[in-house]
Amino acid sequence: MSFIECVRISFRSIRANGLRSILTMLGIIIGVAAVIAMVAIGEGTSSSVASQINGLGSNLLIVSPGQATQGRVNLGAGSLNTLTLADAEAIVTKESVSGVAPSVNGRAQIVWGASNYSSSLEGTTAAFLQVRNAQVESGRFFSNFEVKQQFNVAVIGTEVASNLFANNSTNPIGQTVQINRIPFTIIGVLKSQGSSGMTNNDDRILIPITTAMSRLTGGKNVGTIYVSAASADQMEQAQADIQSTLRSNHNLRPQTADDFRITSQSDILSTAQEVSSSMTALLSGIAAISLIVGGIGVMNIMLVSVTERTREIGIRKAIGAKRGDILRQFLIEAVTLSLIGGIVGIVIGVGAALLISKFGGMTTAISVSPILYAFLTSSLVGVVFGVYPARKAAQLKPIDALRYE
Amino acid sequence: MKPVIQIEDLKKLYRIGDQEIQALRGVSLTIEEGDFVAIMGPSGSGKSSMMNVIGCLDKPTFGEFYLDGYPVSEAHDDELAEIRNRKIGFVFQNFNLLPRTTAVENVELPLLYGGTPARERRERAIKALIDVGLEQRLNNKPNELSGGQQQRVSIARALVNDPVILLADEPTGALDTRTSEEIMGIFQQLNDAGKTVILVTHEPDIAEYAKRIVRFRDGQIVSNEVVTKRRRAFLEEVKR
Repeated sequence: MSFIECVRISFRSIRANGLRSILTMLGIIIGVAAVIAMVAIGEGTSSSVASQINGLGSNLLIVSPGQATQGRVNLGAGSLNTLTLADAEAIVTKESVSGVAPSVNGRAQIVWGASNYSSSLEGTTAAFLQVRNAQVESGRFFSNFEVKQQFNVAVIGTEVASNLFANNSTNPIGQTVQINRIPFTIIGVLKSQGSSGMTNNDDRILIPITTAMSRLTGGKNVGTIYVSAASADQMEQAQADIQSTLRSNHNLRPQTADDFRITSQSDILSTAQEVSSSMTALLSGIAAISLIVGGIGVMNIMLVSVTERTREIGIRKAIGAKRGDILRQFLIEAVTLSLIGGIVGIVIGVGAALLISKFGGMTTAISVSPILYAFLTSSLVGVVFGVYPARKAAQLKPIDALRYE
Repeated sequence: MKPVIQIEDLKKLYRIGDQEIQALRGVSLTIEEGDFVAIMGPSGSGKSSMMNVIGCLDKPTFGEFYLDGYPVSEAHDDELAEIRNRKIGFVFQNFNLLPRTTAVENVELPLLYGGTPARERRERAIKALIDVGLEQRLNNKPNELSGGQQQRVSIARALVNDPVILLADEPTGALDTRTSEEIMGIFQQLNDAGKTVILVTHEPDIAEYAKRIVRFRDGQIVSNEVVTKRRRAFLEEVKR
């Protein structure tokens, strides 16, 4: 019997048991759709995380203070205050470095007239724009002179501006606000950057780092030094330069460990990508389990179908069907079931991914490989879970099968 | 006359638990081409086992069986399937047609497994159905046909591959008297045209349509005699 005949017979039998076939396929449909939607969400998330991290700044290196240990207890990153403005100034002289923006962080209450708003406060230098990949939307950024002279000027993010100035009914530029009860003049508003990871880049107040250190945060240490390397190729050179500069600045003996830490953008990127790829793996693992459950559903129905059609098998054998004919018939039926389920599942999965990116506020990326993979898997499921019932059918003896009621 | 069935000292044993049952205890039988033999006997006499062996649905435990000169006792399962497909036409008591499948498709089935191309298959199936008087019912499914019509479909199916023997197992068991006579008429017509017919039945009336009656008891043939007062079905009634 030819392959086409087998396919025709299996299609007829699938149609003859319409509802049951649909319910059987449902398992495969859900499994395949889930795999495709999950992979699309996972890949979408990881690509959007990557673009957010790239948005942090170009060729960015982040220098943070080292970790203190008390006895043998590591107190964690940032538990030392080892970085100073002098460190930043020393780093900026290196050729591999194109910009250095030290920063101190805190929270601040900002008040204008009757409205007030709480936001994150960052003291930084004029190099901020270049190093952190930011732009000014209106007004201007503070200059090196203003930083040196500890001017009370501030640049705010769009979120702060709209909260403080009642959805921009007043032009914020030139307004005097109180930041932690100290008067500041707003000289610029940053262009919206969206959020990177957990941080909302539009919800911040920037002031000269000197002003921040002397009037708001106190102390002479800076929290983080953001450094941008001259080019992507010089990232490693810059990292080495920073390390040697800081070690000599901090008078560290050769055997002493660094009292600071340098993180590069690519470190963050690979960490974030690791996180999102393990999320993808987890989600698609769960989805794959449902695909297996779907396969078991196919096997279950095929077994029922073999029992139910014992007589049919007997008739077919009596009039000349060989083992192989019966085996093929039932195997093709199982594969057809799961393939149709797979195709419907692909359509639903892609549709779901599109809907999620349109209405769910998540980025999804649909690529060809998971679709191909799902297609192959579902046919494989059909074969794997179809073989046992089909063999069972093929091995029935014609006299027993004919006698079966 | 050429013998189509040659059986020599055939034994069939069944094992049920630790008990061994001898269904056939040394049967020898020869059936020649063109014969019309009725196999009779009470239940448990071995006539069903005999019919399973003749139909190549089951292999004998001991003994020789040649069908159309072919040694069946030595054949494998797939060879048996091919013998059933090419040399035997089955007609069953309960018709054994595939449900939800049209008459033509049911009749096509043996050709399908025999590897006949689709167009020739359809033509031959239609011709076989016309031969049994069902040209009006080609595309009806079994549940849309009467018992007699279903049995005619199964006769058409049995004949479509032009088998060496037509093997009918209680073909009238599910039919009323009038329809039974119609069906027996078809068998007689086919036999008159030269087809070898083997009929398994427990009804003496039906057996009298045959030329010869072979009686079984306790797994052995007890008599093998020619029917002296053979019944003839009214052919006028049979003709459509």
